[in-house]
Amino acid sequence: MSAEPRAGVEPAIELVNVTKIYRRYGGRQFTTLKSALLQRSILRDLRPSEVLPALTDLSFAVPKGSTFGVIGRNGSGKSTALKVVAGITKPTSGSVRVQGRVSALIELGAGFHPEISGRENIFINGIMLGLSKREIQRRFDDIVEFAELREFIDAPVKTYSSGMYMRLGFAVAIHVDPDVLLVDEVLAVGDEEFTHKCLDKFGEFKRRGKTVLLVTHSLGLVERFCDDAVWLDAGRKRAQGDPKRVVGAYITDVERQEEQQLAAGDAKAKHDAGEAAQPAPADARGPVDAGEAAADMSQAGEGRWGSGGVEIAEVALLNDQGQPTHVFHTGEPLTLRLRVRAHRPVTDFVFGVGIVNAEGVYVYGTNTDIEELESSALSGEAEAAFDIEALDLVEGTYKLDVAVHKRDGAPYDYHRLLYTFRVKSRLKDVGIYRPRHKWRFSGDVRFKPPR
Amino acid sequence: MWHNLAQLPRYRGLIQSLVARELKARYRGSVLGFFWSFVNPLLLLLIYSFVFKYVIPQRITGLDPYGLFLFCGLLPWTWFSTALNESSGVLISGGNLIKKVLFPAEVLPIVSVLANMVHFFLGLPILAAFLLYYAIRPEHDIQLHAAEMVWLPLVILIQLLLTTGLALLLSALTVHFRDVRDILSNLLTFWFFATPIIYSWRHIPDFNVFGLTLKDWINMNPFTHLAISYQEILFFPENAFGHKWWLLALGAASIVVFLAGYWVFDRLRDSFAEAV
Repeated sequence: MSAEPRAGVEPAIELVNVTKIYRRYGGRQFTTLKSALLQRSILRDLRPSEVLPALTDLSFAVPKGSTFGVIGRNGSGKSTALKVVAGITKPTSGSVRVQGRVSALIELGAGFHPEISGRENIFINGIMLGLSKREIQRRFDDIVEFAELREFIDAPVKTYSSGMYMRLGFAVAIHVDPDVLLVDEVLAVGDEEFTHKCLDKFGEFKRRGKTVLLVTHSLGLVERFCDDAVWLDAGRKRAQGDPKRVVGAYITDVERQEEQQLAAGDAKAKHDAGEAAQPAPADARGPVDAGEAAADMSQAGEGRWGSGGVEIAEVALLNDQGQPTHVFHTGEPLTLRLRVRAHRPVTDFVFGVGIVNAEGVYVYGTNTDIEELESSALSGEAEAAFDIEALDLVEGTYKLDVAVHKRDGAPYDYHRLLYTFRVKSRLKDVGIYRPRHKWRFSGDVRFKPPR
Repeated sequence: MWHNLAQLPRYRGLIQSLVARELKARYRGSVLGFFWSFVNPLLLLLIYSFVFKYVIPQRITGLDPYGLFLFCGLLPWTWFSTALNESSGVLISGGNLIKKVLFPAEVLPIVSVLANMVHFFLGLPILAAFLLYYAIRPEHDIQLHAAEMVWLPLVILIQLLLTTGLALLLSALTVHFRDVRDILSNLLTFWFFATPIIYSWRHIPDFNVFGLTLKDWINMNPFTHLAISYQEILFFPENAFGHKWWLLALGAASIVVFLAGYWVFDRLRDSFAEAV
């Protein structure tokens, strides 16, 4: 673990046992002096009735010259940590030490006045961020150049588009030339090109031995740019160290939570649909009965119906280790296991499966009848497994139809969209289906080696 | 507190540019621009002069020309009341700066006091022009005495100190009690009439209110002594500045008000980023 600063390198930022508690005031929060005076409750109301720890006993050190990532879910205390480092809020207890000039990119253009020109705003914003007039004068052209606002610089800021506004804010903040730069999820602004320019600027910072503290949801950015990362969860440090490892641990945790949510969602859907099969609605048919049925099938909501002659008692999604889960990665095997119970022996039965994506499109559907398996007998308890060798789907959330029905479509037990699973992918490819593929090139086509 | 107070001079560049921004932004987009800062008091003075000369002529002697008398008190009062009104909301409207940028919050109320002081200064030439006009014409008893004039910068300084102290206090309290603003705007109306601006201190009748004379009550109002000082120096014909002891006492009190205001502000400072 690199919680301790590297030997010989002084930390630029050091947090020791920092706790930050936001106070919430009791019941009806007093915002008026009158009510506080009338009820003689100033003292009582000034005492917080509820405390909200945003950071709990957080310690980490950022060595000088390194780029440090802070990741975590919304509300995990990332931004509070940044504000504490910036000195905007004081920690309730613990100590914060920062060496050198700090510039915080928390909200770009926070100090701009809409009525006055970009030029004047650059000066005032620069002074707010701690520059002298002469220093700004010297950097003025660079700032305007970077913000790409040369022809608009004398127009009032209120006439700027939001992108121009952000660019100007970013340009000023970055040209303060801080020793420590604090960045809170501001790279989401601006177009692709500007984002690249910002990243280049960070790279330049790094080369010049400046320290960068980066709060972001962009895990790829952390993996690529940071020397070190910390993962905050509910105001506490969950992990710190090598960015790849920390990001990996974070993703695993996110998936685990998603898994729990999906499992809970499935249980609820199933409960709502009723445990026992109900008589079929008039228009209910088998999953892949007929092509023309698919259109209105996707209209129908989730539910469960059927005669109940054969009951689907349990549906499980298994990963390659045979563990039940709801989160899969593209290309991994998936096994859909159905436990069925035939209340009386039947000879006419079809097992069907359908996969529907979040937009309600049937990604795939099949059944044993289509695949020319002719039924002959089913009785008592039985199990059916549907093995997908490699789940070649793009990232997204999918729902399942599973059913046992007669060849003519009359259902025994039909579970419509009651099971959810999520497919994760490192790649952000798009579509409803992901054919196995690879790229080949001939001639003089070259790519850089992967980062 | 003393440490933070000692930092204040370091922010003068920031304060300067923010005051300039405030003034520029106020008139941005208007055709006459800064000229309005002259026009507003000028029109005010002309209207008062006209009304009190022709529409409701003054029966009280010794306040002639009444428009000029009124203006001597009204100009500093406008600075005082507008500055307090503005600064009471300034931390809330500048919340973005306090929450998102490491920013010395006390700069904001100070800037509104100073920006309004500039408006006050821009009104002074109008006042001077009318003083000269009346001083030249013999039928009015207006005389300008250099011995009195030298007190004027001190009066302005004391008003600055008093206003800044109150502005710091009010701006900090408003963050936690939003109704300070409403209380203030009502209080200022009352305060205006409790100050000898439209009437002269010399003409306050002698009667008892709650065991004290009306004069005693009005004496407790700090702005009374500023208004009287302006009037004595600029308007009343006496040669010597008779109100100087009151003024010096107010000066001492203003230092206390300023320090108290700053102390409260400093105590509440850490809560701003959360409560704004």
